[in-house]
Amino acid sequence: MATPPAPPLRLVVRRRGREGQPLEFSLAVPSDLACVGDAVELVALQCRAGPLSVRRLAFNLRTALAEALTNAITYGSHRNPAKLVQVRVEVTVQAVVIRVQDVGAGFDPALVPDPTVPANVAKEDGRGLFVLRHLVDQVTFNPKGNVICLTLRGG
Amino acid sequence: MSFNLRKDSKGVVVVGVDGQLIVGNRQELKQKVLDALEGGAKKFVIDFSRTGYIDSSGLGVLVSLSKKIREQGGDLRLAGLNEDLQTLFELTKLDTLFSILKTPEEAVAAF
Repeated sequence: MATPPAPPLRLVVRRRGREGQPLEFSLAVPSDLACVGDAVELVALQCRAGPLSVRRLAFNLRTALAEALTNAITYGSHRNPAKLVQVRVEVTVQAVVIRVQDVGAGFDPALVPDPTVPANVAKEDGRGLFVLRHLVDQVTFNPKGNVICLTLRGG
Repeated sequence: MSFNLRKDSKGVVVVGVDGQLIVGNRQELKQKVLDALEGGAKKFVIDFSRTGYIDSSGLGVLVSLSKKIREQGGDLRLAGLNEDLQTLFELTKLDTLFSILKTPEEAVAAF
């Protein structure tokens, strides 16, 4: 059965550079997992003029943002499409900084089990945060745990 | 993004993943492979030669499919991973669960 079409997404450019490239933009993503792919592509497209190499843009940014959005939609919004996940991106000469905020109660990232210990390796889920941490240069959370901030340095 | 299934002369089902394997399309892959399994196929190769990225949900569906195929006496092999995808499997230690070959042709020949 084919995946149902995702709702349309609207990107808001908040600040542009001298040559018109977006330096700061935001995106409100309905909490529908079918939206993740389109949201990731939209953000990656806007970051093309930024400091990331083609390879890091194609793999690291896309995978890490997909993980952050999936976590926010699944655990923060409990897949209620009426709830929006806010994505805010800042592109500087040195880095791309992505902030993903959900409306959930938050969580303690320190309590997430290590998916690579022998008892967990064959499990079907639980790898998102682990993968994300390995793909970006810095991961921070707000104290509540409903905002994750990903920093990918240039190169 | 799409999944293309073809059956080779040895009866191996080769599934090409075009684009990405992520939370939004993993069910589609799962259903296609399970349909083929129900149709009697036992040998599967997932070909990632044309895949940009795989998220953890995509990894999870591969683990799930591998279990189901093995339960039916079959086997699932992976092929065509680029350097980044190979690293992803190594980081998550999933390279210890899967038989990973360089090309789909090698994966088919190894059955």
